[in-house]
Amino acid sequence: MAPEKQHEEHAHGEEHLRETHLMLDPKPRGEMNAMVMEAMHYTTWKFWVVAAVLAVIVAVGLFYSWGVMIAEGLGLAGINRPSYWGIFIVNTVFWIGISHAGTFISAILRVFKAEFRRPFTRAAELMTTFGLMQAGFSIFMHMGRVWLAYWLFPYPNQRLIWPNLHSPLTWDVLAITTYLLASTMYLFLPLIPDLAMARDRTEGGWRKVAYRILALGFRGTEGEWKHLRLAMNIFAFAIIPVMFSVHTIVSWDFAAATRPGWSSTIFGPYFVVGALHSGMGAVVIVLAIVRGTMKNMKYFIRAEHFEAIGKLMLIISMTWAYFFFNDYIVQWYGGDKWTNILLHFHEAGPLGFLWFLMLAVNIVIPWAVLWNKKWRSNPWIVGIVGLLINVGMWIERYIIVPISLTINRTPFTWSLYKPGIEIPLGIGTLALFILLYMLASKFIPLVPAWEVQEGQLAHRFTKYGRETVVTVSELE
Amino acid sequence: MANLDKESAVSVNLTNPEEGKWGMVIDRDLCTGCQACVAACAMENNLAFVGEELSGNGRSMHWIRIERFWEGEYPEVKATPFEPTMCQQCGYAPCEPVCPAYATVHSQDQQLNLQVYNRCVGTRYCGNNCPYQVRSFNWFDYERPEPLNNQFNPDVTVRRRGVMEKCTFCIQRIKRAEDTARAEGREVADGEFAPACAQACPANAIVFGRVDKPETVVSQLAKQARGVKRLEELGTFPHVTYLKAG
Repeated sequence: MAPEKQHEEHAHGEEHLRETHLMLDPKPRGEMNAMVMEAMHYTTWKFWVVAAVLAVIVAVGLFYSWGVMIAEGLGLAGINRPSYWGIFIVNTVFWIGISHAGTFISAILRVFKAEFRRPFTRAAELMTTFGLMQAGFSIFMHMGRVWLAYWLFPYPNQRLIWPNLHSPLTWDVLAITTYLLASTMYLFLPLIPDLAMARDRTEGGWRKVAYRILALGFRGTEGEWKHLRLAMNIFAFAIIPVMFSVHTIVSWDFAAATRPGWSSTIFGPYFVVGALHSGMGAVVIVLAIVRGTMKNMKYFIRAEHFEAIGKLMLIISMTWAYFFFNDYIVQWYGGDKWTNILLHFHEAGPLGFLWFLMLAVNIVIPWAVLWNKKWRSNPWIVGIVGLLINVGMWIERYIIVPISLTINRTPFTWSLYKPGIEIPLGIGTLALFILLYMLASKFIPLVPAWEVQEGQLAHRFTKYGRETVVTVSELE
Repeated sequence: MANLDKESAVSVNLTNPEEGKWGMVIDRDLCTGCQACVAACAMENNLAFVGEELSGNGRSMHWIRIERFWEGEYPEVKATPFEPTMCQQCGYAPCEPVCPAYATVHSQDQQLNLQVYNRCVGTRYCGNNCPYQVRSFNWFDYERPEPLNNQFNPDVTVRRRGVMEKCTFCIQRIKRAEDTARAEGREVADGEFAPACAQACPANAIVFGRVDKPETVVSQLAKQARGVKRLEELGTFPHVTYLKAG
């Protein structure tokens, strides 16, 4: 091959790498900061129409319906003996599952230095905090006397009673509270440099005041970065066991009970993987929408990111299938009379189609689509697969909670669960989640600019003889 | 909390939970399914009347119910004997440890499972975990039109919406009998009193008494070969014995 041609090819290869990889396509800091700020400030009338519609749904579906239910009684919901738990618990588990994505992406991928995570760690962390808020709403809706919810917290009281630490629900309260606090702090820490950036690029008004307060006087000195890095490192490692514990403890609500289909020893890891399954699915939905609707996002979020998350989704889908099969076959082989009735009720009962739909969207579709690199590089295809996975994971929780509760050891009480006011309330939490996310995207920089810049500094093309290779230097 | 004797709690609960103190025997051969026990229980324990519609939705508030099944395919069906079902007052009750608010507790004095209504926050975990499904939840506040409000039993708390409730073996009667006996310096005699269901049963299918004393009627009946505990395999040590129908 002629040397000129070879050189040309190299140049072309470099060009191609630059186009596809954000880390190899650096922009000057000032320009990138301006892009992030523009994405935050730029809104169209469509944004406000959607926000207004969501606000109405939240006001009516969530707060009004909930107020009526508190005043009238839980009977407005469809829960009934023997399904004492229904969609409220399904939604609680679902939202906690969604919240796992943030920690998985920003903590686990950060600890393992997966470079593709950089532009969307914050988008994922926001989901954790807002998802946990919806989980909190859902679990409070579920309570018969929600005005006494503070009784579940250990506080010194005149009755001299502390929460019952035998109860998995008490473990839940402690685990979810810990996770909410830790994930909010973990959202805040990497946000400080970007808030400082926003503060310096805001001219005045309430935003300037808010950014100045929230940025805690961050100026980007060596000492500040050192402390920030140390704090983020501690949180990144510490929050991983918290994340695992949260969904394991949620699963113990079921696994520790004496119900057929619930007392399964594998529920802990099965639920954690299920949470990651729905969480990753939710991340790609959000990324596809953010990329499609927000300004400058096509630069930050590229096909390579969907490709990388698509691979993760495929692996998680396989892991989920493994745990599902493991849980199912051991229970079935156990031969317990009630469990057998329940397992047949799952697939052949009046809602058996849900069981098959769950397997189709959680296993068949991800496997059929995500193996193909071209398909999993397409934001909309991956986004739709993510949406279907979330439908499937919601159904999975629906099967575990109200459908499994239908069958118990007292056949006289068997009756099917029919949802009531749970439906508007559930839609209300979904609308609140989207609304909070939309508003947050207009208030805080959705792309961690400093993290992207740090990554771009670390990546460079280096020539080894005739070969140009990409090298990454260790910054942390 | 101060007078909670840890050692005795452990020895009572862990070493001999199946014995208990107060217990019941239900003879399925004698039960006619007349529902007198259901009505008596509702009167005695201030149970709410939920009305036709809610009752049809399975939301009637009963602490005791008469279970009956059909065997075989229609029209070749055979009705099984009636089975009055109330809280089995388990020695190891699955409802107790799951309550986050200590609303479902074990009484050390009477060896019964009690529901502390004003501590209940309504998570309904106890209802899920009860293998006998004998707990009732107050889905609404129920109205008591005149003159029903005049028939409240002053010895029993009235429950509000959002609270779980269940059979107590008429603990108010147990308490009164024990107090009277103590005042008179004697033990409670066998058959001195009965819970509302046992008192109302015209066929004497429900017998109540001390199961920890071998000479009582209830102990004698429970010892029979046809005595069974429901879902015994779960290890809940229920204090109600059913006599199989012959």
